[in-house]
Amino acid sequence: MKISTLDRILLLITGLLAVYQIAFVIDDFSALPLITYTIAFGVLLVAGLLIIILGFEVLDSPVVVMVSTIIPLTLSLGLVWQYLASFRVPYQVFVIIGFLAIVITRSFPMPSKLPTIVLAFVHGVAGMTIFLLPIILSMQGQANPLFSLVGIGGALIGVGGLLLSFLKVGKPILSRETILKVLPGLLLLMTLCFVIGFKYG
Amino acid sequence: MKTLFAKLRLYLPLIKGLQTGLLIATGLAGYMSARCPIFNMGTIAGLFASLFLSISGSTVLNMWYDRDIDAKMGRTKKRPLSSGMVSDGEALRLGLTLSLLGVGLAVAMDALYGLIIFAGLFFDVVVYTIWLKRKTCWSIVWGGISGGMPILAGRVLGVGGFDWIGVVLSFGILFWIPTHILTFSMKYYNDYKAAGVPTFPSTYSFEFTRTVIAVSSVIASLAMGIAGWGIGMTVGYLRILIVLSAGLLTLAIATLMRPSEQVNFGLFKYASVYMLSSMVLIMV
Repeated sequence: MKISTLDRILLLITGLLAVYQIAFVIDDFSALPLITYTIAFGVLLVAGLLIIILGFEVLDSPVVVMVSTIIPLTLSLGLVWQYLASFRVPYQVFVIIGFLAIVITRSFPMPSKLPTIVLAFVHGVAGMTIFLLPIILSMQGQANPLFSLVGIGGALIGVGGLLLSFLKVGKPILSRETILKVLPGLLLLMTLCFVIGFKYG
Repeated sequence: MKTLFAKLRLYLPLIKGLQTGLLIATGLAGYMSARCPIFNMGTIAGLFASLFLSISGSTVLNMWYDRDIDAKMGRTKKRPLSSGMVSDGEALRLGLTLSLLGVGLAVAMDALYGLIIFAGLFFDVVVYTIWLKRKTCWSIVWGGISGGMPILAGRVLGVGGFDWIGVVLSFGILFWIPTHILTFSMKYYNDYKAAGVPTFPSTYSFEFTRTVIAVSSVIASLAMGIAGWGIGMTVGYLRILIVLSAGLLTLAIATLMRPSEQVNFGLFKYASVYMLSSMVLIMV
């Protein structure tokens, strides 16, 4: 499917929002969240630029499954590091093992269901963390209500990541055309939620 | 009036708008990197005009000299000179006029700035195009040096002399240029071969060319990072620069590990986006 001008504009705005997030919004964060959020939004920025340059065909690359895992894993690690101090080490271990598991199951021949199970589990845990943690913190009054937008962004990234990942492993939830049609808008909305959530939350 | 516009429409492809625009952006970035109370509209306008005239002039002179090989390459045979829409003499006169005006204005603004602009034009037209381009694939080093002159010139104009930051900035451009040109020479391998222009892929191999691209991308990224730090770029902007550099390096490594037409083209385009973004970060 050919990328349209509107898609390119939406992706460009997404990239600019990611730039704003990296350069300004996360500036005061402590070292590890700063690194993990920089990686997450950096991957988003570079991926957006590559889609603008090469079109949606770039999503056919086998590394997309691995790259689309980096964003939720690093984002969720940053959140856990900031707000769940007692889970810092175990979650860090989960992120490292989870990412390695996805890389290994995508790089070498495996029993048919194992790569999908690993993918769904790692994405699921990371996605639920990004989705639930900010909303719970906002509801408990430990964070500004606008911080719950990070959770909404998490839900959107979870949807986007799962749609792309299952498309890549040959078990699409929606048709390729539908996914590509909504993807630029989904990425923009998600990034906007993150920027507002992190800035005012 | 109609004739004038028709002429301008013919001349526009002779100055390679995107390439000229990118080089002007590097010159402006070099000047604005000085960070002193320098925002003077007259100087900025003079800088822009002198860069535009001299870079356009050298591009026209290159096209004039290379019109025979342009006519042999599918990608360039429809250019106004090789297709006969602009005569040789007219193009030569245009190139010389633009160059003289550009260098003249630059010298009038500042002697050292003008000298660097002249050096860039001389390396590009005489050393790169006339002397070495048809003899050795290493001619791109001189093309790279001339490409690094606008940013050095801008920096020199801004700070009033040479400093290490200006040199490192021009190194950044020098090592970025192989990423840009070598990906291009792989994409149009057959064109260059047909025209008898030696390139890295035809002289060595595609694999060696990809290695050179990867190594030069690393050096270019490092140079831009060091220069950014030296300029006093904010930590936030440095993070953006690191992210964009990581993208460049990832693509360069991807061309080594999983070479394909798509990755090569992606690197070629991304390298331009990377350079333009770096210049914007230096300016702001």
